Amino acid sequence: MATATVPLKETKGKQRKLVEMNWDPITRIVGSLGIFTKIDFDNKEVAECHSTSSIFRGYSIFMKGKDPRDAHFITSRICGICGDNHATCATYAQNMAFGVRPPNIGEWIVNLGEAAEYMFDHNIFQDNLVGVDFCEQMVRATNPSVWEKAKKTAAPHAADHGYRTIADIMTALNPFTGEFYRETLHVSRYTREAFCLMEGRHVHPSTLYPGGVGTVPTVQLFTDYLVRLARYAEFMKKCLPLHDDLFDFWYDALPGYEKVGYRRTLLGCWGSFNNPDLCDYTYQNMSKWGDAMFVTPGVVVDGKLVTHDLVKINLGIRILLGHSFYDDWADQETFVREDPLGNPVDQRHPWNQTTIPRPQKRDFDGAYSWTMSPRWFDGKDYLALDTGGGPIARFWATALAGLVDIGYVKATGKSVKMYLPKTATKPEAEFEWKIPKWSNAIERDRARTYFQVYAAAAAYHFVEKALAELHAGRTKTWNDFTVPEEAISCGFHEAVRGVLSHHVVIRNGKIANYHPYPPTPWNGSVRDVYGTPGPYEDAVQNTPIFEENGQENFKGIDIMRAVRSFDPCLPCGVHMYLGNGKVVETHHSPFFLNHR
Amino acid sequence: MTATVPYGRVTQKPPAVSDIHVLWLTAGLGCDGDSVSITAATQPSIEDVLLGAIPGLPKVHLHNPVLAVEVGSDFLKPWYQAKEGKLDPFVLVVEGSIPNEKIKEEGYWAAMGTDTATGQPIKTTTWIDWLAPKALGVVAIGTCATYGGIHAMQGNPTGCMGLADYLGWEWRSKAGLPIVNVPGCPVQPDNFMETLLYLLYQVAGLAPMIPLDDELRPTWLFGQTVHEGCDRAGYYEQGDFATEYGSPKCIVKLGCWGPVVNCNVPKRGWMNGIGGCPNVGGICIGCTMPGFPDKFMPFMDEPPGARLSSIGVQLYGRTIRALRSFTNSTVNKEPKWRHPRPELTTGYHPRTY
Repeated sequence: MATATVPLKETKGKQRKLVEMNWDPITRIVGSLGIFTKIDFDNKEVAECHSTSSIFRGYSIFMKGKDPRDAHFITSRICGICGDNHATCATYAQNMAFGVRPPNIGEWIVNLGEAAEYMFDHNIFQDNLVGVDFCEQMVRATNPSVWEKAKKTAAPHAADHGYRTIADIMTALNPFTGEFYRETLHVSRYTREAFCLMEGRHVHPSTLYPGGVGTVPTVQLFTDYLVRLARYAEFMKKCLPLHDDLFDFWYDALPGYEKVGYRRTLLGCWGSFNNPDLCDYTYQNMSKWGDAMFVTPGVVVDGKLVTHDLVKINLGIRILLGHSFYDDWADQETFVREDPLGNPVDQRHPWNQTTIPRPQKRDFDGAYSWTMSPRWFDGKDYLALDTGGGPIARFWATALAGLVDIGYVKATGKSVKMYLPKTATKPEAEFEWKIPKWSNAIERDRARTYFQVYAAAAAYHFVEKALAELHAGRTKTWNDFTVPEEAISCGFHEAVRGVLSHHVVIRNGKIANYHPYPPTPWNGSVRDVYGTPGPYEDAVQNTPIFEENGQENFKGIDIMRAVRSFDPCLPCGVHMYLGNGKVVETHHSPFFLNHR
Repeated sequence: MTATVPYGRVTQKPPAVSDIHVLWLTAGLGCDGDSVSITAATQPSIEDVLLGAIPGLPKVHLHNPVLAVEVGSDFLKPWYQAKEGKLDPFVLVVEGSIPNEKIKEEGYWAAMGTDTATGQPIKTTTWIDWLAPKALGVVAIGTCATYGGIHAMQGNPTGCMGLADYLGWEWRSKAGLPIVNVPGCPVQPDNFMETLLYLLYQVAGLAPMIPLDDELRPTWLFGQTVHEGCDRAGYYEQGDFATEYGSPKCIVKLGCWGPVVNCNVPKRGWMNGIGGCPNVGGICIGCTMPGFPDKFMPFMDEPPGARLSSIGVQLYGRTIRALRSFTNSTVNKEPKWRHPRPELTTGYHPRTY
């Protein structure tokens, strides 16, 4: 942590005393992220935020010229926690390019695998990584008065989860020694077992292919999955009330906490779980089968659903250069001038991107980032959409669209209702996610817990559908295809932490261009050429500071909660350095000055 | 009261080394998939090791960015201490392939933390240069760190490589240990935790030098091929090959490289015995191998070697299968003497009933 004290002119014209505080690396996320801030301790707020990532690998470069059938095996390796989301999204794009539609049971198996991924990944991130920010050990170190209050506050849902006070919940979240921490680690294992039943291996699947899956559908397969799902449903009946108690307490204990990580509602969701009855993987019918997905795609701006049409979503994607370690591709080849429906495709669309890396020194005046700035063009503005870590955007889009209605899950137009049947020791239960007042840190985190229930409820539906196929004797899981000489295609999915797209151009039977866009480049994007900042900056800047420690022992917990609420996953961001375009002071004092 | 020594404490004794630190560098060109993978391990689990569930081992202090409570400079403190020789002993775990930072004039491909003097990121290679000479042992986890892996594919822009390519295959730690490679993309969870456990035993003075093969892999984990441990190998033997994915038969003709790949996953399963690769319908793409991925691509084509050997086995296999089918139908029938008729035909002749 640096502590150079720098007087900096505020926009209003008065002098503010800003202290530079840096955290590099940010831990308990996947990947390498650094957060560089300037904090106004007198006014208890974050004045500036820059975030950095420090890795470049070059997938779009080394995939050129490779066999398009290899794409899902390769792109899975982009991410070590949701690699299967990449593999799945890649097979969606392959299916479109190769003109192949998997048998229904193959699609249900993929949906079951992806549901298990959400169940596992949200679970481990929420309670083994994010949860530490809310645990006794942390709260005592950052907000002793909150800890004192927690000891005196009864947990409203104690009967459901067994923890008498909020403090008891916090203690249970302590890393490794905490009871709930260890339980969720265990839960993260049997949910991954359920995943492995369907997709072979976590995190890079072995049984996914274009055209379907290699998984052998048997009574045993679905039974083994179902018993794990039931165990998880039982767990969620206590996990969700526990988190509601914890998050509600935060608003009570620290009035104004809704401002932490707050950002204008600008959410993107690219949809998840294809419906095999309708999804034929043709671009021409994409609007129709996009609407049939079991998590509805959509763009939500200021609480309004701008579109839920995957074709419109696709055509609106723009990759702006920003302050990046790349050369522009404006003068490079245009691979796709029109989509298969005849709509014009922009040069800054992923289909037309050419990645030209140019490594150089980090310079806040010039290039300081390995990332670009994905934006969504609504015809007027280049919107810096975020995913809110995934669930909040999925819920918001699905709720407003009101299309999902599968019994276990129903979108009502203003909420999403989810049903879990009876389990070993708990009766059936219904939960409802309601559109929150804010897009902020607490609501992003809360939506994550609720989406764990969504995934489980949807999985019950998928198991029933898969078993129906099995019982009817329809056990073929894969359909053959040929790789065309020329094709363009796209895949849309929800990675655990938000929007995921793969765009591919095939020429001479080989990959001519491939650009994956996962959630973290959206969330952690740099200030773009139009001066629009990326979501992390937005959310962290002007976050009020509630931490009781002064400058000397400052942990930055409120900033950490704001950043982690996005579920940062830097291997996907790969390459970002994010700033607001201002010069960062060049003098630093030793990072360890304040540290124990 | 004087403390009494329990009668049964005969072989149990404190380890030769009381505490050991594990510095886990995830900042190679990777995906953190190996760190995530080990949270799935149960034999032993990460908490088994950290909470001291297995007796006789040193207390382990883990410094892994994916799991650490500390952030930023709090997190990096032990790393700097290790650099200065003030954290001893420690094991360095490296995850992700090592980029070639020499091929460009400036900038970085991979880094962790920021150099306070220059304000520039500290390169991953710099950390390795600082820490490897001070480490008791160095372990490369996953195929990226061991041999380069996906990111070292032909046409890659970073020139990345495995740790042994970077430090030298003959490299030895100050304690005389070679680099220990535990490949896999990602690493099979228990394979890594078991290797770590072995090294802890070794540090505690309870085990001899870890046995490694020429590619620096633990021999007990990588001594067999996928095929030797695959429950579909019986189909191969009978010349019975799958022609489409989803079949329970041998998938060698659909792209499986199992017969020539060193890996125990089909035998062990992916986690808790569940999942895997060819055993559950996923072609082996050779992800544990130094030649991965290029020598196995395109993955979905039949390996050239498999064509010849599978033709050879087909003649023999089909005959065997026919004979076995005959025998199988025989053994599927109960012996004749099990019947409800009022006579005993078992061969026993009672003197009186």
